[in-house]
Amino acid sequence: MNHIALKMLMGDRGKYFGIVMGLTFASLIMTQQPAIFLGLMNRSFSFITDVGLPDIWVMDSKVQFVDDIKPLQDTELYRVRGISGVEWAMPMYKGMQKARLADGTYQNCILVGLDDATLIGGPPAMVDGKIEDLRRSDGVIVDIDGAKDKLAKPSPTPGGKSIPIKVGDSLELNDRRAIVVGLAKVTRTFQAQPVVYTTYSRAKNYAPRERKLLSFVLVKAKKGQNLTELTRRIRENTGLAAYTRQEFMDLTYKYFLKNTGIPINFGISVTLGFIVGSAIAGQTFYNFTLENLRQFGVLKAMGTSNWVLLRMILLQAVLVGSIGYGIGVGLTALFGYSMRNTILAFKFPWQLLIFSGAGVSLICVLAAVISILKVIRLEPAVVFKG
Amino acid sequence: METNELAVHCRKVVKVYDTGGQKVTALKGVDLEIKMGELMMLVGPSGCGKTTLISVIAGILDQDEGTCEVFGENLLELHNHQKLHFRAKNIGFVFQAYNLLPSLTAAENVSVPLIINGVKRNEAERRAAHVLDQVGLGGRTESLPAQLSGGQQQRVAIARALVHDPRLIVCDEPTSALDHETGHTVMELLKEVAMHKERALVIVTHDARIFSFADRIAEMDDGHIVKVANAAAAIS
Repeated sequence: MNHIALKMLMGDRGKYFGIVMGLTFASLIMTQQPAIFLGLMNRSFSFITDVGLPDIWVMDSKVQFVDDIKPLQDTELYRVRGISGVEWAMPMYKGMQKARLADGTYQNCILVGLDDATLIGGPPAMVDGKIEDLRRSDGVIVDIDGAKDKLAKPSPTPGGKSIPIKVGDSLELNDRRAIVVGLAKVTRTFQAQPVVYTTYSRAKNYAPRERKLLSFVLVKAKKGQNLTELTRRIRENTGLAAYTRQEFMDLTYKYFLKNTGIPINFGISVTLGFIVGSAIAGQTFYNFTLENLRQFGVLKAMGTSNWVLLRMILLQAVLVGSIGYGIGVGLTALFGYSMRNTILAFKFPWQLLIFSGAGVSLICVLAAVISILKVIRLEPAVVFKG
Repeated sequence: METNELAVHCRKVVKVYDTGGQKVTALKGVDLEIKMGELMMLVGPSGCGKTTLISVIAGILDQDEGTCEVFGENLLELHNHQKLHFRAKNIGFVFQAYNLLPSLTAAENVSVPLIINGVKRNEAERRAAHVLDQVGLGGRTESLPAQLSGGQQQRVAIARALVHDPRLIVCDEPTSALDHETGHTVMELLKEVAMHKERALVIVTHDARIFSFADRIAEMDDGHIVKVANAAAAIS
């Protein structure tokens, strides 16, 4: 009977494609929108993931997320270094500074100051130059996307393409000269501002004069140290906030979830996708069953049990569901792949496959249940009605 | 061809429909006997209960009162799954509107009753092709219903009703959608291929042109069988 069920389904090509398209659409929306959402949310803590070495981030206790800088006094660094279990602790400056570009316009940048001696907290990958070049006079490293886009020099010809800045070019940061000594690949940040790396002492010169300029203390725990225990000790001894990398990422993530409209906006998109997909696929599938009701009646009259009919309808639902889901997920993957070098945020973890799979399954089950109820209640005597 | 053994024995069958709170009595105590090997036609005006009666006989509708025994089985006493099994094995259907599955080929349509009875698909289609050959459609096994004429579709429906060798075939207006000549051919085919002493045929019809094919004709009116007569007597 499975063969008959499949033939019944595919016999009406228009309806068959209609159901598959509805499910494809639902699957696409339920996968692509959350993938963009996850990509965006991942960017919220990308700065933390890019700083690979430290185990613990220490900051002002009022800091709510990675961009919420509440500077500390430099002396806090020495207090942290004095806590038992700390292998090393390094300063980091992070702040927004205006860069004056060659055409005289200004561009906001994220300025990151790294410990002068060790350069810990630097970019994850260099594209041009070496991180040690930061020790050269007025040296800064610029992220490659910023160099090509927001920090690029204007074209000499009107309407022409802008020219990416390169090693050897200069910028002005807060009226002070900065020489580009390297280009780095960094993960895009949420605000998509260019990231400029320099040494901690030079960053303090670029930044406006303030009493406190230390943004974070990056801590490496001694081997075998319990990180939870160490963060607790740092908090108790300094009165500062101390988070493991994962905790700091979670803190940032939750802040964005709670305080921005992003989850609601994407939630609405996904819900609408689910509703519209359900409506299209469910309605088409139900109509398909209704139009085949007489045929189901004939099968019932000829001795087919409700159980077999139920199995036939479920098979039809599973088939269209699988095809629609596969195409939808495939299109999402294709979308992500084609956008991999653009500004678009996109993250497609395996959990998302389960989420959209569950969504599509729910649509299919709903559509199948409604159809099955109709078929089960069907009186086989309907076959004798004209 | 008929024997004294009864294929169908209905006694005081009553069927009441509840149509939106209004009760309509379609069968008002029907008594009917159909013998093995007999072709019985049920005739009468629209709404007289013919279709309800064959639905009860075919086991697809339960009567409210009375008994209806088909091959000695009181259908009302059978469990649902037993009734399904009974229908699948013993009853063949021919419908006015053919009711072929449009996306299945002629051979696949004919094989459906065999598949319901648990025959493997390949074997079912082989046997279906053989029966199609018997009804003169040996060359159209792979045709879809839409590619066949009305008469050919009805022949496929007849092949489907015969393929699992049922003991009772119920036909609902099998010729009303066909022209005179095709209807006549279909009836000849039914008589020739379907009739034998181990099988009975019940045909509901309005079509007076085919009365001559019947062994007996039962005339119904307002939920009653008012007259049962030999075809010749009924026609006269």
